[in-house]
Amino acid sequence: MDAFFKNLTRFFAFFVFSILAAILVSLLIHSQIALSKYGFNFLFDPEWDPVTEEFGALIPIYGTIVSSAIAMIIGIPVSFGIALFLTELAPTWLKRPLGTAIEMLAAIPSIIYGMWGLFVFAPLFAMYVQPGLIQLFGPLPILGPLFKGPAMGIGMLTAGIILAVMVIPFITAVMRDVFELVPPMLKESAYGLGATTWEVVWHVVLPYTKIGVVGGVMLGLGRALGETMAVTFVIGNAHRLSTSLLAPGNSIASALANEFTEAVGDLHSAALIELGLILFLITTIVLALSKLMLLQLSKREGAKT
Amino acid sequence: MNDQPQFDNPKLKIKALDFYYGQYQAIKKVSLDIPANKVTAFIGPSGCGKSTLLRTLNRLYELYPDQRAEGEIRLDGTDILAKSQDITLLRAKVGMVFQKPTPFPMSIYDNIAFGARLYEKLSRGEMDERIEWALTKAALWKEVKDKLHQSGTSLSGGQQQRLCIARGIAIKPEVLLLDEPCSALDPISTSRIEELIDELKADYTVVIVTHNMQQAARVSDYTAYMYLGELIEYGATDRLFIKPQRRETEDYITGRFG
Repeated sequence: MDAFFKNLTRFFAFFVFSILAAILVSLLIHSQIALSKYGFNFLFDPEWDPVTEEFGALIPIYGTIVSSAIAMIIGIPVSFGIALFLTELAPTWLKRPLGTAIEMLAAIPSIIYGMWGLFVFAPLFAMYVQPGLIQLFGPLPILGPLFKGPAMGIGMLTAGIILAVMVIPFITAVMRDVFELVPPMLKESAYGLGATTWEVVWHVVLPYTKIGVVGGVMLGLGRALGETMAVTFVIGNAHRLSTSLLAPGNSIASALANEFTEAVGDLHSAALIELGLILFLITTIVLALSKLMLLQLSKREGAKT
Repeated sequence: MNDQPQFDNPKLKIKALDFYYGQYQAIKKVSLDIPANKVTAFIGPSGCGKSTLLRTLNRLYELYPDQRAEGEIRLDGTDILAKSQDITLLRAKVGMVFQKPTPFPMSIYDNIAFGARLYEKLSRGEMDERIEWALTKAALWKEVKDKLHQSGTSLSGGQQQRLCIARGIAIKPEVLLLDEPCSALDPISTSRIEELIDELKADYTVVIVTHNMQQAARVSDYTAYMYLGELIEYGATDRLFIKPQRRETEDYITGRFG
């Protein structure tokens, strides 16, 4: 009986592996035509024209990375602040309703975020915020090019902001859960030394929970990188390379969603599948980097021997 | 209690202190004086309020919104329960070590530097000196001087507790509160820490809460016996253990309790 149970669980564990391998292999096979035609140039070519059958992945890769980066830049500090408030500062009667509200944000389907972003957020953003951004940052030397062009509402920045709203509940929920795992006595001893709430959280709680926190951030980043529907609505879906965050762009996931049904030629399909492969690789690299970062952090904390 | 020991300049003067956990009153009208540069022990059965009393001395209870203290606690004459008291400054003067070792998730060096950095801007050299000084005081320097940059959590339990004591004295407090500092330690570590407590009283006023009566008898100069939130008897340790004045105290220290 034990042997049976062992084999069964082992089968499940290896099943996950084989699915991963199968996905990778099928992506490789189906993108074969594009892979052999473009080679590494595929990654750096900004051209994407189904009519002339000219395909390069630079723009969707750029869009995916930039929109996710914006989402993280906004999402991580906000989530940290919310989690900190919920665990350390909020009065008891406020903790539950606030926590539930955050969790409900996570349950909203992404298409609703997309619609809300396109019909409500983008027009308001174009009318009230973007002109200000253009005026404020446009003339500056380094930031200037990032905030140029007409205020259209949709575009990279809008996609990043919508993504931030979507990942905040995930990151917050994980951060809150791991913050609550910190032994009260550990926090008390930091408070007992006269540390402020900020010092306790920054120097004690955060290092103590770093694995969980990085895990939460990765969960959010994974969602941001692969998010399709909401981004498709607001990113603009333009195969144009622009330094401006206000200009429309494209992401890998929304390029796939938009073009897959219309892809007629074999090359077009293969190029789209190769995009999928790239997305897969990006998430893998991100995961590997986060493991590396954790390793680096524990080195700085001192070896555990 | 009229027959309590009186001191000319008590380090801490507690007067008619009440303490509440929500509706529940954990300390009832406790008054006592704690002398400077002596070790004072609080003993009593679990739930008698001795740890609670300790936690009022640096206002640690304020982390929890439903806990409150009423009455007066004077540190060198200043009422520390007053609203105007700066909590950070109070905790710089009144340090605390807990039941279980609580090293922070950082290196041994940073564990001790953490507290000092909150209050002082020290140069690298001064900080190194401070850390050596604190670790030497806590009788840990010899064991860790070659691995200051290893994680504090890599030490043994007894070493971790001495690390926490070093961390507490690195900010140079005036009073050191020890909340059952040996309850998680083996006998050898316990005796090291007891020796340490004896040495510390030259520079600090030490207040220790302990379950262990022998420990109180060994390390303290004065002992307070508490029961159900009330102070039953307070006096010089030698006198209290040999000739308790109250029946309840005698029952407790001779093990005839309950």
